[in-house]
Amino acid sequence: MSVSLTPAAARHVEKSLAKRGGGIGLRLAVKTSGCSGFAYTLEFVDKLNEDDQCFESNGMKVIVDSRSLAMLGGTELDFVREGLNEGFKFNNPNAKANCGCGESFAV
Amino acid sequence: MALMQIAEPGQSAAPHQHRLAAGIDLGTTNSLIATVQSAVARALPDENGALLLPSVVRYLPGGGIELGHEAQDNQASDPQNTIASVKRFMGRSLSDLKEAANLPYKFTDGSGMVGISTVAGERSPVQVSAEILTALRERAEATMGGPLAGVVITVPAYFDDAQRQATKDAARLAGLTVLRLLNEPTAAAIAYGLDKAAEGTFAIYDLGGGTFDISILSLTKGVFEVLATGGDSALGGDDFDHAIADWFCAQHGINTLAALAPTQQRSLLAAARKAKEVLSSNDSAPLSLTRAEGGVIESTLSRSQFAELGAPLIAKTMSATKRAMRDAKLGIDDITGVVLVGGSTRMPLARDAVREFFGRDPLVDIDPDQVVAIGAALQANVLAGNGASGSEWLLLDVCPLSLGIETMGGLVEKIIPRNSTLPIARAQEFTTFKDGQTAMSLHVLQGERETVAHCRSLARFELRGIPPAMAGAVHIRVSFQIDADGLLSVTAREQVSGVEAHIEVKPSYGLGDTEISAMLQDAIGSSKEDMLLRALREAQVDARRMLDATETALAEDAALLAPDEIKAIHHAMFMVGDMLETDAPVEELRIKTVALGAVTDDFAARRMNASIRKALAGRTMDTLA
Repeated sequence: MSVSLTPAAARHVEKSLAKRGGGIGLRLAVKTSGCSGFAYTLEFVDKLNEDDQCFESNGMKVIVDSRSLAMLGGTELDFVREGLNEGFKFNNPNAKANCGCGESFAV
Repeated sequence: MALMQIAEPGQSAAPHQHRLAAGIDLGTTNSLIATVQSAVARALPDENGALLLPSVVRYLPGGGIELGHEAQDNQASDPQNTIASVKRFMGRSLSDLKEAANLPYKFTDGSGMVGISTVAGERSPVQVSAEILTALRERAEATMGGPLAGVVITVPAYFDDAQRQATKDAARLAGLTVLRLLNEPTAAAIAYGLDKAAEGTFAIYDLGGGTFDISILSLTKGVFEVLATGGDSALGGDDFDHAIADWFCAQHGINTLAALAPTQQRSLLAAARKAKEVLSSNDSAPLSLTRAEGGVIESTLSRSQFAELGAPLIAKTMSATKRAMRDAKLGIDDITGVVLVGGSTRMPLARDAVREFFGRDPLVDIDPDQVVAIGAALQANVLAGNGASGSEWLLLDVCPLSLGIETMGGLVEKIIPRNSTLPIARAQEFTTFKDGQTAMSLHVLQGERETVAHCRSLARFELRGIPPAMAGAVHIRVSFQIDADGLLSVTAREQVSGVEAHIEVKPSYGLGDTEISAMLQDAIGSSKEDMLLRALREAQVDARRMLDATETALAEDAALLAPDEIKAIHHAMFMVGDMLETDAPVEELRIKTVALGAVTDDFAARRMNASIRKALAGRTMDTLA
């Protein structure tokens, strides 16, 4: 069970951290809300919590708490450009349904 | 599917806490509202499933109103109290409305803007528009289940400041927060650009109910740039209805449409519109009118007859299109796509003309009635903060009229040309006119004409503390800068001492109703006259400078000249002075100025030699090196 970044995502995380001026890595988490039951969050990490698991992917640290990992295992985070818009996209094998806006999902 | 961005620790927004935002196409004939839901923009229907709300408001005795289809249905029976195409009156005074006599309304001359006297009292176009906007707001809030945080309302690119302000006022009256006004063609480009990620140069041909707009936009790497705009704020589908109605009247020996009773005018115009729509898919359409005095008169309009009636109107749109292409300095081959906007572009007549001119099939994938509202909704969504950060696209606008400063002789030196894309910064160097001049008055002007009297004055300010020097030796750099919001700032800076003066101006502030378009018309019509006037003024300034310089030289160095030489110079000076006083034609003035230059040539050389000798006197080659 791990969580990974595509090279494009890793590059963007590295750039964002540099622009921000610090941080350990990127936190992926799942919250219970949204129209399909669960919602992803994506945050910078300044300090680790006890139940955090740390993965290395393409040179960047990805941090996931153990509760979220249950629903994120195997997820690959991609960074894509769609038209004029660009951002991160979750490719989560656990998700059975995504809502139209992509911010929440069901397992 | 929305794309996510990284948030600061603990700051992740809960999903779906979107601020509700909508785009409104406040049209002459129809209005509609659209919003972005789950990353898809769509127009919102009313409870009957209709997307388009006819921009018609009927005032009832006792203060009630009818709106949209309901009002439209009663238009024929109560024309004086049923206000249609109110967009045409926005920000206009009675004197601006040439067509007022042909309309069934009782207009009153309100302060600055026309008023319409109805059974419910006097109503301003702003109030009428506010009724339409209120209905759209209520529709959106019922659909989305909450109050709207903000809206983007579209306006024709041709709308001047007064018309834009009136639109904003109407929105405020309707309880809406305007995030921004967006040019209709730009909104159409957003709708197409985002949905298809298209790049290239586009012509947006927007023939709506009451306005025609042509815009040339370039889309590159996510940046929309308006290269040029043009159009006619009083040309649209309504005019085709009137053309059909006039034709019908002529067929039946009725002098003008206005000769009919208001009810009859309405019925006939409604029938004309119906016929026009039928002709988009059929070869002929029937028209009939029940006369007030009894009996029914009928005609059948064929598609080719309609093409003939509409040809002059279509030709107007095409000449505006050509002008915009010229302004953008583009040829037909540079255009990679043509977008049709507005219900009137459903007319095969319009489509054929556009196809023929651009040599390609226009884009019609998005419903031409909805495309503007959809683009506005996408923009509203971003402005309300729902877009991911970094996804805001940049919208470049253009300045509608050239900006410049006054120079000697009452001329305007243009610094930022019309249709320049914003933001923009341009600078030009100017100099002093008189020896020892220590202050300079700067007069900022807007307009296409060459003379101050014909342009609009925006601001005046002074640059003081210029170090005294010879005329022409001082370098004053005047910089014009317009930011993305259209705010102009002008800075004048003397290059050696660094003294600086600065002013900020809002260029479109206070521009009267039709002033922008009138000023443009005026400039096009008088460019030749302006050129001649400019040439004359320039020659006069040259002559005056030459006189001043000669006078100074004579005062200082008359000793270098023989008496008859002085006499010759005086004579030449007198000739030039005489020409100046009598406003003589430019050619004669130039000849005399050249003559003065010729007699003083030798004098100038002698002065130069004398001053060099003075400077070198008593020095050896060593000290010079």
